[in-house]
Amino acid sequence: MSVAVVAAEENAAGAPPAPKPALGLGAAVNQALATALAADEKVLVMGEDVGVLGGVFRVTAGLRERFGADRVRDTPLGEAGIVGTAIGLALRGYRPVCEIQFDGFVFPAFSQITTQLAKLRARSGGRLNLPVTIRIPYGGRIGAVEHHSESPEALFAHTAGLRVVSPSNPQDAHDMTLAAIACPDPVIIFEPKGLYWSKGQVETGPEGTAPDPAVLNRARVALAAGPGRQPGQAGGTGLDVETGQQVTLAAYGPSLPQALEAAEQLAAQGIAAEVLDLRAISPIDFDAVEESVGRTGRLVVVHEAPVYFGAGAEIAARITERCFFLLEAPVLRVGGYHLPYPPALIERDYLPGPARIVAAVRRALDF
Amino acid sequence: MPTAIVFEPSSQPATAPSPTAEPGAAVAPSPDAAFEPGPKTRPASAARPASAAAGTGLVSPGDAAAGAEPDSPPRPSPAVRRAIYRDMVLTRAFDQAATALQRQGELALWAPSLGQEAAQVGSAHALSERDWVFPSYREHGVLQSRGVDLKQLLPLFRGADNGGWDTESHRVHLYTLVVGAQALPAVGYAMGMALDGAAEITVLYLGDGATSQGEASEALVWAASCQAPILFFIQNNGWAISTPTRTQSRVALARRGEGFGIPSERVDGNDADACWAATAAALARIRAGQGPQLIEALTYRAGPHTTSDDPSRYRTAAEEAGWAQRDPIARLRAALQADGQADADFFADADAAGAALAAEARRGCLAIEPPRLDDCFDSVYASEHGLVAQEKAAALADGVPEAGVRENAR
Repeated sequence: MSVAVVAAEENAAGAPPAPKPALGLGAAVNQALATALAADEKVLVMGEDVGVLGGVFRVTAGLRERFGADRVRDTPLGEAGIVGTAIGLALRGYRPVCEIQFDGFVFPAFSQITTQLAKLRARSGGRLNLPVTIRIPYGGRIGAVEHHSESPEALFAHTAGLRVVSPSNPQDAHDMTLAAIACPDPVIIFEPKGLYWSKGQVETGPEGTAPDPAVLNRARVALAAGPGRQPGQAGGTGLDVETGQQVTLAAYGPSLPQALEAAEQLAAQGIAAEVLDLRAISPIDFDAVEESVGRTGRLVVVHEAPVYFGAGAEIAARITERCFFLLEAPVLRVGGYHLPYPPALIERDYLPGPARIVAAVRRALDF
Repeated sequence: MPTAIVFEPSSQPATAPSPTAEPGAAVAPSPDAAFEPGPKTRPASAARPASAAAGTGLVSPGDAAAGAEPDSPPRPSPAVRRAIYRDMVLTRAFDQAATALQRQGELALWAPSLGQEAAQVGSAHALSERDWVFPSYREHGVLQSRGVDLKQLLPLFRGADNGGWDTESHRVHLYTLVVGAQALPAVGYAMGMALDGAAEITVLYLGDGATSQGEASEALVWAASCQAPILFFIQNNGWAISTPTRTQSRVALARRGEGFGIPSERVDGNDADACWAATAAALARIRAGQGPQLIEALTYRAGPHTTSDDPSRYRTAAEEAGWAQRDPIARLRAALQADGQADADFFADADAAGAALAAEARRGCLAIEPPRLDDCFDSVYASEHGLVAQEKAAALADGVPEAGVRENAR
């Protein structure tokens, strides 16, 4: 593979390296939950079928047996109840981790999330902390029936008081889960369910150590090799600026592998693409995007969510405001259409894949 | 027309079909464990022998006075009754002062508690200091009873904050304006009490309108499922703005609880003694491990929904006049006098304290400092969030905090 993923800002210092098992993204979350439950008795896991069954995706498998039914709670079937009671538990000093079974089922909890969870700290003048983590398996490419493949992250990123993140790989999924639980603010983790079984090496660290919550703020740079570019170089002057054959692809969660695949195809055509894994949708790391655009002059944003009022719209607007004169072309967006999520047999036409991403890059280059 | 709550003023106490009918309704044995109910708690009705109160769900302190029932509800002591009376008077004085402040343009809005003082103050005085209250937005009497300085309510209604007081100091959560949205957090808080092994109870205040919210039903489901130590105290004040209770429910609200497996009863919400007694008994059952309980207090919103409301558009003067004759403060005052538990000095002192509180409310309201928008950025997140710093800088560049002042001056 000619794509090197560089965790530019990761903390290199620390304890001696622990063995790095190859874990699927879901298993990495499971590992993080176990670590958090073991480290702090105030951590609770709650949701529909998370206990005895271990979750419909088995992300919580084995936790109830290890930590007990009081701490890994099978709840009644009601998403408002899951989040609403988690708010009360957080006010009482607990750190609940809620699982919403599928993306399209979060809406019964939408009022609790937006009117209570997001606002209580501000309403209290900063007196109240709401350390609630909400895990939501999201996105398509699993051939599911309706309401099981959606990407509603923009609805939550639009709400002040929430953090919204989405990992694209097992290491991030592990780290973000621990960071979210350690965070004093509510965090919604959109887990790309299509990547639950995609394995990667995961540095789990010594038991009981959690990553800095600042991990929730950072974008990660993944670099595609192109003309004059050595894999693995972050920044530097490797890109062939004279030819203008370069572009930044900004993506997150389930779209990251699609962007990387598109970058591979572009590299074969002599086009260097810098892929930015945004990781966080609230807050978006605009500095990282601007820095990359400063090198490439072109930006294509990729996400499964509908383009209209999506994260890409905000990125396009901010980048245009911040570095208009660095842009060689308008910021383009590749994502879902303004449709209810289509039937699964045609979801690949709806979702942004390498072909549509490459075509968008071509439009940017031809501008 | 099936059973419905018809809210007509009447000299008769309001009655309802027994909320505790068929208390021990047997669940058919099933070979499948999944169909077995969870740990069952004894219904409240089974804890007491049949009485006059059991038929109506009304709790009458007279039952206790008769001394016929060993397990009959407790009755407030003379000192508690006086404390209840005093807090009712103080609540009303503050409430009327706040209403006047809104009429004078000093508050943007006020939600009067007028007429509901017995339900609020009577119930709240039965709580222990360790218990927690999750109020709606009209529970001024509950806050007064918990020792919250009611002046702290005024910034919310003046538009100077969004309702922030120190919730820990008196164990009263913030007011919640999204109707019924405090119910599930209250259940969660009670779940936390249970996990802590604490002998504490969460008391959730809801109105009749809130019972129509799906989240209120969900809260009952969760409380029953988790056997959370929570009391649902529903003030049925007859009206949700212009919508009468009969539009919300075709059965007595107390009967709702039974359907969820939560022992429930109805109480005369304008009888402070009865509200105290019913609450004390329900809290005792919860502390004894009998699980969540529900009380429906029948009362009347004697004023408008808020100062923006005009009740004359949807209810009659005769109805209001009828309920005015059942004023809860006058009723307790008469009872205290009849029982020889308070003298003229006591009543004069309570009235003087009310007048002083009203004056203090006025001074406090006028002394409220307007907030600064740039400060608002500092309380949204506890941890660093890059966008907040950028937007605060943008706001300062826009001329905040003086920009709005200039705008208003134009």
